[in-house]
Amino acid sequence: MRKFISGNDAVAEGVRLARPHVISAYPITPQTIAVERLSEMVEDGSLKAEYMHVESEHSAMAAAMGVSSVGARAFTATSSQGLLYMAECLPYASGARMPIVMMNANRAIATPWNIYGDQMDSMFLLNSGWIQVYVEDAQEALDMMIQAYKIAEHPQVLAPMMVNLDGFVLTHTYELVEIPEQDKVDAFLPPIQMSKQVMALDDPKSLCISAGNDFNMEFKIKQERDLQNSVSVIESVDHEFHEAFGRKYHGMMECYKTEDADVVLITTGSITGTTRIVVDQMRAEGKKVGLLKLRYLRPFPAEQLRIALRDVKHVGVLDKNISFGYEGTIFTNVNSALSSLDTVPKTTNYIGGLGGRDITKGNIEEAFEQMMSSDHHDKIQYMNVRCEQ
Amino acid sequence: MNRPKLKQWQEPVNIDAYPVGSTCPSDHLTSINAGWRTYRPVIDTDKCVMCLRCFLLCPDGVIDKSGEKLVIDYDYCKGCGICAHECKPGCIEMVKEEK
Repeated sequence: MRKFISGNDAVAEGVRLARPHVISAYPITPQTIAVERLSEMVEDGSLKAEYMHVESEHSAMAAAMGVSSVGARAFTATSSQGLLYMAECLPYASGARMPIVMMNANRAIATPWNIYGDQMDSMFLLNSGWIQVYVEDAQEALDMMIQAYKIAEHPQVLAPMMVNLDGFVLTHTYELVEIPEQDKVDAFLPPIQMSKQVMALDDPKSLCISAGNDFNMEFKIKQERDLQNSVSVIESVDHEFHEAFGRKYHGMMECYKTEDADVVLITTGSITGTTRIVVDQMRAEGKKVGLLKLRYLRPFPAEQLRIALRDVKHVGVLDKNISFGYEGTIFTNVNSALSSLDTVPKTTNYIGGLGGRDITKGNIEEAFEQMMSSDHHDKIQYMNVRCEQ
Repeated sequence: MNRPKLKQWQEPVNIDAYPVGSTCPSDHLTSINAGWRTYRPVIDTDKCVMCLRCFLLCPDGVIDKSGEKLVIDYDYCKGCGICAHECKPGCIEMVKEEK
């Protein structure tokens, strides 16, 4: 069935199909409609779940951990300031290896106060031990809600997963979205399997135990090893999803017209769609440009990036964030991945979209033209700035 | 005494053998914990009326009532003295530990 719905609606539809047992969430713009829809679904009985009204995002995640610790499927959603307020709980969940799934509507961080979309919020949590995926459109948002549980609950992964979609640009825009059949989703995503760390009445557990300087490091090494190894699970789940539903997202990242490209722009999230159109236009003019849609930031697909970009002359990284005092966060990660190539491509950091500022087709074309020209330019370029810099 | 027993701790031999996540079975006691105690509570069981105030108020749950008389588990009693303070008949005495 196809429906004309918003990104928030698509998230709610995807979550309903994934059959979570408990939803604990606190509303925040621009995520609110997603959790409102879920609350309506619980009310009208189309989603058989417990809906917990919590007093904060910190409590929302604490409740989700309680749900997960008894082997049930938990969902929550947040954005921006809410995500940061919740932040303390995120490493608790990942350290306890709880396969919680969370939607994050990417939104600017105060101050100046701003409710529009950029990706500053989730960048803070790259080190939280959560898997982070960024989606391009509402269809991918819905599909990733279903994939996310399968990835997070995989016995070799057991990590919580954050599905990021751009605030307003995706959460509040409408598109035709294919809603999968429930029986097909049930076949793809079986009920959650009880794992060893789950407690029951006849098998009580101590949760979030301490491990001091004698044993802490080994726990962390195990967590890191398993998150690195989740790449193969992410790829195989996407493959299975394609077989079941006919849509695929190419695992860790999607290469679009990069094979013979001289210049490639790396994007995350909704700006990918705009960039795709610019690439098509410039290709029609005979310009060898390409797009690399980076889907996952954790685990980070360093090896896949090296393979995809080893023959490229110039790589641009579009960051909708700044790590103040340095550069865009994704730029740092990409440069680190490329540094072990024999011939390292030139790289430029395009920082844009902060506080919801538009990034136009023209801005992207300018970036490609700049990377193709031999003129010197600063390593960090701000896109669509309204005054002299 | 119906209390969790000490279990020998087997150090994991490799990363695979470590627990998945920071969760372990409850009652997993790997060592006794009584080194903080300067005074030990001693119950005069002849005077004790089994009111169970000490049992209810012991913060470490080390007073066992499963038998005919109360028994204190000195492996885990920290010597805080709450039981002696709260005992109405005054039948718990705090006795200095001799090393």
